[in-house]
Amino acid sequence: MSTDLATPTGSAPAVPSGLGGGGRSGWGPGSIRPVLIILVLLLIAVGIRQPDFYDPPVLLAFLKRAAPLIILAAGQYFVIVAGDFDLSVGSLVTAEVVIAARLIDGDPNATWPVIALLLGFGLLIGLVNGVVTTLLQVPSFITTLGMYLVLVGAVYTWTGGSPRGALSEEFRLFGRRGIDGVPVLGQLPYAVLVLAGVAVLAVLAMRSDFGKVLLAVGDNPRAARVTGARTARVRTIAFLASGLAAAVAAILLGGFGGVSFQVGQGLEFTAITAVVLGGVVLGGGRGSVAGAMLGALTLQTLLTLLNLLGVSGALSSAVQGLIILAAVAVGTLRRRT
Amino acid sequence: MQPDSEQPLLRMRGVGKAFFGVRVLDDVDLDLHSGQVHALVGENGAGKSTLMKIASGVYQPDSGSLELSGRPVALPDPRAAQTAGIGIIHQEFNLLPERTVAENVFLGREPMRRGLVDRRAMQSRTAELLAGIGEATIAPQTRVGRLSVAQQQVVEIVKALALDARVLIMDEPTASLADHEVELLYALVRRLQQRGIGILYVSHRLAEVFDLSGRITVLKDGRRVTTLDTAEATADTLVRHMVGRELSHYFPERAAPGSAGASRLQLSAAGNGRLRPVDLELRSGEVLGVGGLQGSGRSALARAVFGIDGFRTGQLLLDGVPVRVRSPRQAVRAGIAYVTEDRKGEGLALSQSVLDNALLAQRSVRPRWFGRTNRTTTVRELLDAVEVHAAGTEQEIRYLSGGNQQKVILARWLAMKPRVLLFDEPTRGIDVGAKAAIHDLIRQLAADGAAVLMISSELPELIGMSDRIVVMRDGAIAGELPAGSSEEAVMGLATGATTSTEVPA
Repeated sequence: MSTDLATPTGSAPAVPSGLGGGGRSGWGPGSIRPVLIILVLLLIAVGIRQPDFYDPPVLLAFLKRAAPLIILAAGQYFVIVAGDFDLSVGSLVTAEVVIAARLIDGDPNATWPVIALLLGFGLLIGLVNGVVTTLLQVPSFITTLGMYLVLVGAVYTWTGGSPRGALSEEFRLFGRRGIDGVPVLGQLPYAVLVLAGVAVLAVLAMRSDFGKVLLAVGDNPRAARVTGARTARVRTIAFLASGLAAAVAAILLGGFGGVSFQVGQGLEFTAITAVVLGGVVLGGGRGSVAGAMLGALTLQTLLTLLNLLGVSGALSSAVQGLIILAAVAVGTLRRRT
Repeated sequence: MQPDSEQPLLRMRGVGKAFFGVRVLDDVDLDLHSGQVHALVGENGAGKSTLMKIASGVYQPDSGSLELSGRPVALPDPRAAQTAGIGIIHQEFNLLPERTVAENVFLGREPMRRGLVDRRAMQSRTAELLAGIGEATIAPQTRVGRLSVAQQQVVEIVKALALDARVLIMDEPTASLADHEVELLYALVRRLQQRGIGILYVSHRLAEVFDLSGRITVLKDGRRVTTLDTAEATADTLVRHMVGRELSHYFPERAAPGSAGASRLQLSAAGNGRLRPVDLELRSGEVLGVGGLQGSGRSALARAVFGIDGFRTGQLLLDGVPVRVRSPRQAVRAGIAYVTEDRKGEGLALSQSVLDNALLAQRSVRPRWFGRTNRTTTVRELLDAVEVHAAGTEQEIRYLSGGNQQKVILARWLAMKPRVLLFDEPTRGIDVGAKAAIHDLIRQLAADGAAVLMISSELPELIGMSDRIVVMRDGAIAGELPAGSSEEAVMGLATGATTSTEVPA
């Protein structure tokens, strides 16, 4: 079982299956293999039910719809893997869309300044969440629940009860349009491009030293601190990432649908469900950002399938609840045995 | 001396206990009589706590028997021990600070009247109990959080008495008390004694043992060395019983006398809440051993130097330059490394790989965003150099043995090329082979010019490894000893049996 490390120092020896592997790859908590299998099964089921699902335009349209949730899940991943929660993203999405509509108010020239402002607002909310959680040592669950309520109340107050203004067509471009005339694919939606950019950045961040330290902080904050890590700063950066992801998701969602107080409702739980489904362990230290994004894609596929099967949309939150319970229970059982 | 005819309150015979095949108690006998204070002494790890936990139902003995007043008893859990009349006062109290004294005393067994808690009965009963041990100044309706530590200890004792405890086990009862409170505890112990309660008194501090106890049992390496009347014992004989073993392990050769180089770390009057002002010099090329009992300030010293609970007063000089170390990060950047005694709690990210753990210090302190560097190659070489045995550098570190985990932590710090290394119990829980390897590495680091401070509870290790030994007691340096001093000399300083630094080596 144990071989000497004194082997050539090139590539690492393969990880043995069973005990030794314990989750980095393989089946344990933190692994992406289970979610991949679920995703493939669901995609097959959707394909049977809707044979044209695999036509490039249909598939791209599906990806476009899934993009906001995948981006939110990527943001939520950073927070969860550091051992925290961000419950404020749903109301942050709503706030962002409502703010955009009121500030743009149909004026195309306002589009770019407002987008910059939205991204800045997302970062600001993340900063507040992070600072309150780390410096004031309020549990993140409470901090972000408070932020959720603050944002809901503030948006209602600011708009006087119903959203005002309108988004410009330029703003809606990101959610609606795409690059036309791409061979084979037809239209390549901007949302998919944004998604690809976010995914690449997220994966690169997790492969950088920052990502590795973030994992260590989520795994054992004391050890990380005693090894020289700035744990408060690292956790705050995770909240910044989550706030920024919410801003980006809001810009895409604003393009899809109308301006309403419902646009972000419940998205925090959907994002957490997605992350957990992707094999990321609540409490931190285990799981990959790729897994979290695949979890979001899987969840979107599942909701699509339920829709195709004619299951009421009202059931979708029950399904999410079951997924969270099952994923956490399975993770706990695996660790115990 | 108790007459032999009298039935002992608590009798333990041939008690043995092993954890994962490691024998921690072997064939221990102990008799505790009514009205007796029986002291239990021994080094860290001698088996005192295990014996205590067996007597209070926390652990089940593998062999041997327990009798209470001549009747065999089984104590499957702490509750059974309580019901049988055995109370235990831990170092850490089990009190609810937001509740009153009476509520704490009757927690979970509140007297009821017509389905409601009968507060009046609860308070008068508590007042009676308090008065019974001469502590009537504590009011039953006071919130426990408002009481001093000494008063809280009294509440713990009353809690045990409320359950009609006849045997009271006290674990290092003075550890958390201020000097003037110790006298009050003494008086209380004597009153309990007069009421016929048998007290098993566990303590490192020989002065207390001589002040209070009538009989003393010495444990060493899980065995009972001797039991004697306090009147017949001297500090010298006790210390000799507590240590006195043959040196079995080979240690690497020490540095040649006088070969230590320039001063690397210097503390002048450096102190904080746990440390009285300390003066200490640590030179390049030497291994300075730090001895002392648990809680004597050994770990507090290392943690202060490393900025975990930093110094509040005095000065810290690194290579002659005053440095402020307010966080571990600043310490690491200044070239200090710290190998913690709590490997799992504070040393490792257990779900991460061997490689990620070994790289953690560099990644934390000198992070890079992009670009592969040769750091990984260097760390792999270091892991090879310290001979980590693992299924690969990608293996999760939780699956490695304690010795290999410790080597990974060593590799982590070696990559930072530290000037000063602080080791807290570097070989605790590590098998013999890995132990020798770590000893060799520590010596090698010193030989390469680093300054090493090594804390150890294991006297053979402390003496075998150190070029100089300082012994700590009560948050201050009790004395310094030369290389190769005797175990008696170290224990003498640590327990306060000898107070001068002029100890025969």
